[in-house]
Amino acid sequence: MVSDVIDNEQIEILLNDVLEVHGYDFLEYSHASIKRRITRLYALDSFVSFAEFRYTVRTDKQYFKRFLEEITVNVTEMFRDPSFYRALRNEVLPVLGTYPFIRIWVAGCSTGEEAYSLAIVLKELNLLSKSLIYATDINPSVLDKAKKGMFPLTYLKQYSENYFLAGGTKEFSSYYTANYSLAKFDESLNSKMIFSTHNLVSDHSFNEFQLILCRNVLIYFDKDLQHKVFNLFDSSIEKLGYIALGSKESLEFWPKAKQYKRIKLEKIWRKL
Amino acid sequence: MAQTVISTKCSALVIGGSAGSLDVLLEIFPNLNENLKFPIIIVVHRKASNESLLTDLLKHRTPLKVSEADEKVLLKNGQVYIAPADYHLLVEEDRSLSLDYSEKINYSRPSIDVTFQSAAEVFKEGLVCVLLSGSNADGVEGLKAVNKFGGTAVIQDPTTAMMPYMPQQADLNVKPLLVMHSFEMAEYINKLNN
Ligand SMILES: C[S@@+](CC[C@H](N)C(=O)[O-])C[C@H]1O[C@@H](n2cnc3c(N)ncnc32)[C@H](O)[C@@H]1O
Repeated sequence: MVSDVIDNEQIEILLNDVLEVHGYDFLEYSHASIKRRITRLYALDSFVSFAEFRYTVRTDKQYFKRFLEEITVNVTEMFRDPSFYRALRNEVLPVLGTYPFIRIWVAGCSTGEEAYSLAIVLKELNLLSKSLIYATDINPSVLDKAKKGMFPLTYLKQYSENYFLAGGTKEFSSYYTANYSLAKFDESLNSKMIFSTHNLVSDHSFNEFQLILCRNVLIYFDKDLQHKVFNLFDSSIEKLGYIALGSKESLEFWPKAKQYKRIKLEKIWRKL
Repeated sequence: MAQTVISTKCSALVIGGSAGSLDVLLEIFPNLNENLKFPIIIVVHRKASNESLLTDLLKHRTPLKVSEADEKVLLKNGQVYIAPADYHLLVEEDRSLSLDYSEKINYSRPSIDVTFQSAAEVFKEGLVCVLLSGSNADGVEGLKAVNKFGGTAVIQDPTTAMMPYMPQQADLNVKPLLVMHSFEMAEYINKLNN
């Protein structure tokens, strides 16, 4: 892949178009990675000039859908970072279990693997019936997949290993039925999920939660935008509630971080 | 024999490797000078489960400060940054690092190509990239980008590599290129300091 077919200035122009025409603001995303996504798409779809690419992104609604899908990175997996889920299972959810009702926000849920993993842990702790998981993402097509709760069978071996390492106690296969190449997860799991588009850059707080998970989303944002999103979470989290981030993300440099206490080795913070 | 005369100052060094590259790194690092005036970034393919192993191994074998790369940190001269397992590592225009969890490239995350390419654009002629032993072709496209932006592409002499395929592919596809024995590398890197 040639890395400079589109230069920095053109990236800027394109992102301004996207904001102006489609209302999505990617201007504060980490530059190097968004540039790589855009250059990759340009090569993948064999555009011959930047002008043509720009025109298509501006005017072709169908193509813009594809643009959005490819620009946002949707890679995810079930029980990713097993030790994280072990900490949720052993330290966080039992505390929330003492509440009459548990509201959880999975922000940037992608195709839903994270929300289903969480629902499984809640179920095993007998907490699922009094929980509600709000799973949101900027990208409507991943939410469509998430609602279905069907994941490629080829990944399930890895997922069940993760599940076991995360402290899972059952047969992982008891949570899904395999048909052809897909594993369909039990409907009791997504009966407690609400899927909705939500853009962390431009949309407001919509509820109060006891736990917010936002993992592997903030790495794509520049520092200022990260801090804006932390403020959004701060206004969406109850006192003594928890915020969980991806394994390489941190609240550390955010001015209000002092009002949060980190849980041992994991990227989980409790609001004081 | 490697040519060690360089015209421009090195502003960053990136080393990429896969199978068979750990031994080379362990050979290079004890011999590096403490006061290198550029940052060093290392991208090595490995299993996510071996997360901190590489960092720990290097830490104890070099006078330089070694840490796993955190996102948004600004690169400091004389420090060694290791791409975390399972993330791509990119360099931003302001010399900060960013991480990316997008699809694997050449079956690899981190991918050497990704880091070489993004560093090439930022450091241009100040960049030196070294590709070590490995059994796939990751890094080859990256070295092309390095040349294109005026940086220096270096490979481990394939005849000295445990897995020659990776440097061999670079040798076939990338020009110009410095070819070096592993035992020459530490000295070469120390000299980049001038
Ligand atoms: C790498 S995935 C992470 C999925 C999951 N949280 C995990 O850790 O496995 C990043 C997700 O963030 C979403 N995203 C990117 N920008 C967003 C924004 N501004 N608001 C909400 N979601 C966003 C993407 O669409 C994508 O699904």
